[in-house]
Amino acid sequence: MLEMSRVSKKFPGVTALDSVEFSVRPGEVVALVGENGAGKSTLMKILAGIYAPDAGAIRFDGKLVSIHSPRDSTRLGIGTIHQELEVIDTLDVAANVFLGREPVWGGPLRLVDRRKIHAEARGVLLRIGLDISPDRLLRDLSTAQKQLVEIARALSQDVRLLIMDEPTSSLTLSETDRLIQVVKDLRSNRVSVVYISHRLQEIERLADRVVVLRDGRNAGELHRGDISHPRMVQLMVGREVKTLYADAAPSRGPVRIELRNFRTQRYPAHPVSLSIRAGEILGLAGLIGAGRSELAKAVFGVDRPRKGEIVLDGAVVNIHSSGDAIQRGIYLIPEDRRNSGLLTGMSVRENITLPNLEQFSSAGWIRQADETASAQASCADLKIKTPSVETSAGSLSGGNQQKIVLAKWLSLKPRVILFDEPTRGIDVAAKAEIYQLMRRLAAEGVAILMISSDMEEILGNSDRVAVMHEGRLTGILQRPDCTEEAIMTLAVA
Amino acid sequence: MRKELGILTLLAVLCVLVAALNPQFLSSANIQNTSRLIGTYGIFSIGVGIVIITGGIDLSVGSMFALLGVLLSLMLTQWHWPALFAVAVVLALGSLLGVIHGLLITRMGLQPFLVTLCGLLLYRGLARYIAADAVQGFGAGTGFEWLRDLVTGSAGRIPMPFVLLVAVAVIMWVVLHRSVYGRYLFAVGRNEEAARYSGINSHRVIASAYVISGFLAAVAAILLAFYTNSVSPSSHGSFYELYAIAAAVLGGCSLRGGEGSIIGIVAGTALLQVLRNLVNLLDVPSSLDFAVMGAVILIGVIVDQVLRSKT
Repeated sequence: MLEMSRVSKKFPGVTALDSVEFSVRPGEVVALVGENGAGKSTLMKILAGIYAPDAGAIRFDGKLVSIHSPRDSTRLGIGTIHQELEVIDTLDVAANVFLGREPVWGGPLRLVDRRKIHAEARGVLLRIGLDISPDRLLRDLSTAQKQLVEIARALSQDVRLLIMDEPTSSLTLSETDRLIQVVKDLRSNRVSVVYISHRLQEIERLADRVVVLRDGRNAGELHRGDISHPRMVQLMVGREVKTLYADAAPSRGPVRIELRNFRTQRYPAHPVSLSIRAGEILGLAGLIGAGRSELAKAVFGVDRPRKGEIVLDGAVVNIHSSGDAIQRGIYLIPEDRRNSGLLTGMSVRENITLPNLEQFSSAGWIRQADETASAQASCADLKIKTPSVETSAGSLSGGNQQKIVLAKWLSLKPRVILFDEPTRGIDVAAKAEIYQLMRRLAAEGVAILMISSDMEEILGNSDRVAVMHEGRLTGILQRPDCTEEAIMTLAVA
Repeated sequence: MRKELGILTLLAVLCVLVAALNPQFLSSANIQNTSRLIGTYGIFSIGVGIVIITGGIDLSVGSMFALLGVLLSLMLTQWHWPALFAVAVVLALGSLLGVIHGLLITRMGLQPFLVTLCGLLLYRGLARYIAADAVQGFGAGTGFEWLRDLVTGSAGRIPMPFVLLVAVAVIMWVVLHRSVYGRYLFAVGRNEEAARYSGINSHRVIASAYVISGFLAAVAAILLAFYTNSVSPSSHGSFYELYAIAAAVLGGCSLRGGEGSIIGIVAGTALLQVLRNLVNLLDVPSSLDFAVMGAVILIGVIVDQVLRSKT
């Protein structure tokens, strides 16, 4: 149905795509994988009409086509679900589904035909099994539901090829299952899907074919029977990766932090008690909305806890603000990197030194040379790839941004680090580096809480796994008992 | 830095232009008067600029001039308070109003625009009520001659307000561009949430910006009251908050917060005053005063946007 041949695209200084071949058959789910910067997004942006290729041909249904604008792309029946959802939070579901092509009535007044869009929206929502009222405002929906609304929008335009860029990066396990089911239904309705994801397990379950890109070139292709995790990773990085995860620490220290009957504002009825030893990584699994992030935020002091005690190294501590937590060596790597973790408009240097400016200042006056030197040292230590420390942090890749958020804390004295979705949207190589860093910190005696919706990450990286469901701690599993099934059972309990 | 260079160039070009068209521009009296105005306006523009850098806005300064001016006149001429004490009270009152703005914005979560808009209305009304809508003057200045001579006088040939502006600008430059607190001001303006996640007490930082603005507005209020020598409660300082906002924006502050510099704000203030001077000297009808300023600011913003989209 779709054939792209010898497609090339250069940007100033980089060749993003070099004679790439890519094709999709009707009703086929093609997974497009590769590390960040491999050219996946550029290739899909050419299909979406956002970039024009420098060379190469695109055939659709056998006919040579040129896609100059998103409108051309839509006209061909190509729909795109971007990683950053493009929905309007203050409009209702129906208005979002029909945004930009509202049916009108009233002649020259061009009034929106509300009755029609609501009726039609309801039909499309049912097709993908989303049982919500078209009157609901988008801001009241979960991320997963918003994503399904975007899919509904694409379907209502009779798409034949749906491009999904990291659709599950912010979904929980059960939501991911649901999405995979939706994609399978699309396939049986002869809709083709291009599926971009870093979550290789999903691809194993879903893809008919895997196309791997590496440094802007085709690196290989796997068909149904050959699709496996190690083979994909091997093609992506061009060498065999034994394992992403570092070995667990052999021994652990005394209890570093303990939560006693800790209640968050979100779930005041459910006290949570747990403890983490020095040198231990405690995975915290659960569905979105289980209250995991709320727990971490309350411990870090950005949210106010309702009740309960935090015991740090045997002493009860009072934490009323993030400043209190930081002073005691409790740090949070937040879930929403671009809004909470990073000041995207400020430089790498300013980001790294923000929480510990006191170290580089005398009487409130910043010693710039010391500050710059420290930021440079952090970049070297964590292998942050940036042209200079003065580069704007927002312009770097996800993996490098996450390392900057980490670097903020590492020059202080960490005792407890709370990681919330530490590798979301980050490529395989950077993931491995972050896991190694976590192990290194653990080996130095830091207690680590790792909240993750990525089952591989939880299973591969945790010494123990705690599971939450709607604010309650439903269980803690020792490493030998950790299986996907055991965790899921507790997560949906 | 590019923005500052741009506005300084524009300022220089404008000065040369006006000087060429009317040599009066370079007369000692004109330079003295213009620099006196730049001094007064610059001081409160820096305060408002700092609020803008935190992502807020302060619309109340113009009305604060009226309220504080009326009170200053009453304290000195009616109640015969010692001048030094009166000055201290005015400065404390300005800061206190800033504290109130800051607390309403951070503790109550009200929008800066609304809080300071209410301040604009409230202080203007209070000023008129207290003064019974009558113009308040400073009479012969008996008992506080030294104060009047100080703020209306000159250091050598440099008018005192300009000297004060240089001092304020130097101090605030260090604070904003070299201190930890200054970095925090930019950080909360860029992204308050991320600043909070880095352990910054963002509420305190934001509230403090309004205190600085209130304090600097009080300093300017004293200079302005003696400059006009009479305070007409219904018109004194009217629209001045907009001069400050315009100066800050011309000087490179973004109304979204997180961007701006002291040099830019001062240069923006100077540019506005030279423009007003131009209107006077070139026999442009003074009714066009605002129109000229509006046009220049608009052109400046358009040029900036065009240059930005090209890079």
